[in-house]
Amino acid sequence: MYIYNDFDAEFVRDRVRQFRGQVEKRIDGSLTEDEFKPLRLMNGLYLQLHAYMLRVAIPYGSLDAAKMRQLAFIADKWDKGYGHFTTRQNIQFNWPLLKDVPDMLDALADVGMHAIQTSGNCVRNVTADHFAGAASDEIEDPRPTAELLRQWSTDHPEFQFLPRKFKIAITGSPNDRAVTKAHDIGIRMVRNENDQPGYEIIVGGGLGRSPFIGKVLREFLPKAELLPYIEAVLQVYNLEGRRDNKYKARIKILVHEAGLDEIRGSVEETFARTLAEFKKPSDELVDQITTYFNPPEFNNIQSHAYEEALETDPVLRSFVETNVAEHKNPAYGIVTISTKPIGGTPGDVTSDQMRLIADLAEKYSHNEVRISHEQNAVLPHVRKADIPLVHAALKAVGLATANIGLISDIIACPGMDYCALATARSIPIAQEISTRFDELKLEKEIGELRIKISGCINACGHHHVGHIGILGLDKAGVENYQITLGGDATQTMALGERAGPGFAAEELLPALERLLNRYLEIRECSDEIFLETYRRLGPQPFQQALYPEEEKYAA
Amino acid sequence: MAREFTPQIVTANDLLLGDAVYLTKAGTWSRLHSDAHLANSAEQAQTMLKHVKGQQDVIVGAYLANVSVNEDGIPEPAHFREAFRTRGPSNYFHGKQADAQSS
Ligand code: SF4
Repeated sequence: MYIYNDFDAEFVRDRVRQFRGQVEKRIDGSLTEDEFKPLRLMNGLYLQLHAYMLRVAIPYGSLDAAKMRQLAFIADKWDKGYGHFTTRQNIQFNWPLLKDVPDMLDALADVGMHAIQTSGNCVRNVTADHFAGAASDEIEDPRPTAELLRQWSTDHPEFQFLPRKFKIAITGSPNDRAVTKAHDIGIRMVRNENDQPGYEIIVGGGLGRSPFIGKVLREFLPKAELLPYIEAVLQVYNLEGRRDNKYKARIKILVHEAGLDEIRGSVEETFARTLAEFKKPSDELVDQITTYFNPPEFNNIQSHAYEEALETDPVLRSFVETNVAEHKNPAYGIVTISTKPIGGTPGDVTSDQMRLIADLAEKYSHNEVRISHEQNAVLPHVRKADIPLVHAALKAVGLATANIGLISDIIACPGMDYCALATARSIPIAQEISTRFDELKLEKEIGELRIKISGCINACGHHHVGHIGILGLDKAGVENYQITLGGDATQTMALGERAGPGFAAEELLPALERLLNRYLEIRECSDEIFLETYRRLGPQPFQQALYPEEEKYAA
Repeated sequence: MAREFTPQIVTANDLLLGDAVYLTKAGTWSRLHSDAHLANSAEQAQTMLKHVKGQQDVIVGAYLANVSVNEDGIPEPAHFREAFRTRGPSNYFHGKQADAQSS
């Protein structure tokens, strides 16, 4: 859990007070929308297609039971009894009334949460590996660094008006679950040849209109130099980033246009100064943060009950196969709770479900819950002996879908069901895919497959890095879906390639069926996942499956 | 020959609720698309839009939307985005579609 210090608490209350006054003035007409809009955006309040939407930050995706319960309370009292988890590890409420928003923000502040810096051209919510502090493959827990970055960036006077928004992600594991290469800055915790801890700094990644894979700006940065270095990157960007064109204002364009070496030169030059000038966080603060994230006291007693339960309960076994990941402590497992029941809306969780997750976190996971960029919830530290109980409890509220990493574990942005920027819907597409492949009983057979859907070119649904990416567009007044193939969101990041012309909504599902049937025919063995087959054979066999008519003409 | 004009209406979001509203003939705002007043020329459309710019304390973000006119003379959304705004999201029975049932 992140630390909410006195500074934060006061700052947040202050902002709520100010915003309450601003809302009153907007309602009585003394503030125009032009005046009010930047103020509401600074407080995470958007106006969408059917209603306002409040976006609440969940720093590096970490929640505890009290926070989760408060989110449930807010969903019941001021919304329609649910919330939507996003690919930025935020939660969005889709139906607040303008007059209620200050109360919602006060309720958030009661548990140390807020909606600040979830919008606007500032450093946004820092995201991190959702298995942080638990994963067996981890070199070091990234959360102390994420917290340091959060404190440094919160209300940073110099970086409130950057050329464009700025997103930072961090992972402490070589297996990148935080999509670091698609962020303005990606940070990987590494060790140098002398086994000293430090960071690899990646810059200029991003999806959206012009997707770029981040490039390594600094291979090894000693741990103590992180903040002055990031400060230097931001200063260079603040100065040199383009402000003339919104679509060219992200740091990825600066890196692309100026070249990596040039930017590296400017950053190192600036860094020489920032390093000398930087007022280091006190050792006390660093210690306090590190201590805060010390691993909980694990109970190492192994239990045979778990193995026995697995033997006798095939449903549990199937759940464990997909939804439980290896914990650094062999007596524990990391339980991912899928927010994607067959036919459901990816990322949506009801207030009752939130309360159950809170109870389980408290009872079985050292009071910790994570939200993943894949829009799922995670109980990071569950004793294996408790997993059968957790599974049974989840099952009772429809949260035990065993599909993590499979075809129905789809990332989908809100699309045109909610989002004012959308060019087409994404949610119904996700619902149809998961329903159809469940009917066909092909999910397990197909195995690992990452489908990611965005409702417009902004790519909040990460479609470029889906094994299969789907982008919804408006083609002459009809929803049309473009397919990309071969994307990869991990440390081996790749941008998917466009397969060909888009599909009308009703053509999309049959096309995907042809595509995946072809995959099943041509994969080398059942262990070769879709992405591997694609990498081995290239796009051609898949294009033939998607566009059989064209093949006929070509023949 | 005059350039053919696609009939338009003025729509916006309600300031307090945030939902879609439509400018009526009387100059008030309705939650029903069918109540929207038709502009049959570009000039009329612009005049209507200008007129509502002063209504900052009631609505947000007014704009012109193309419509088709059915045989009863009632405007219907020409684009799917506008059609969605008259209903609400497709994943839950929320928004206007639900309001219509309860009222
Ligand atoms: S990708 Fe587009 S449609 Fe989807 S949430 Fe982002 S801006 Fe909205």
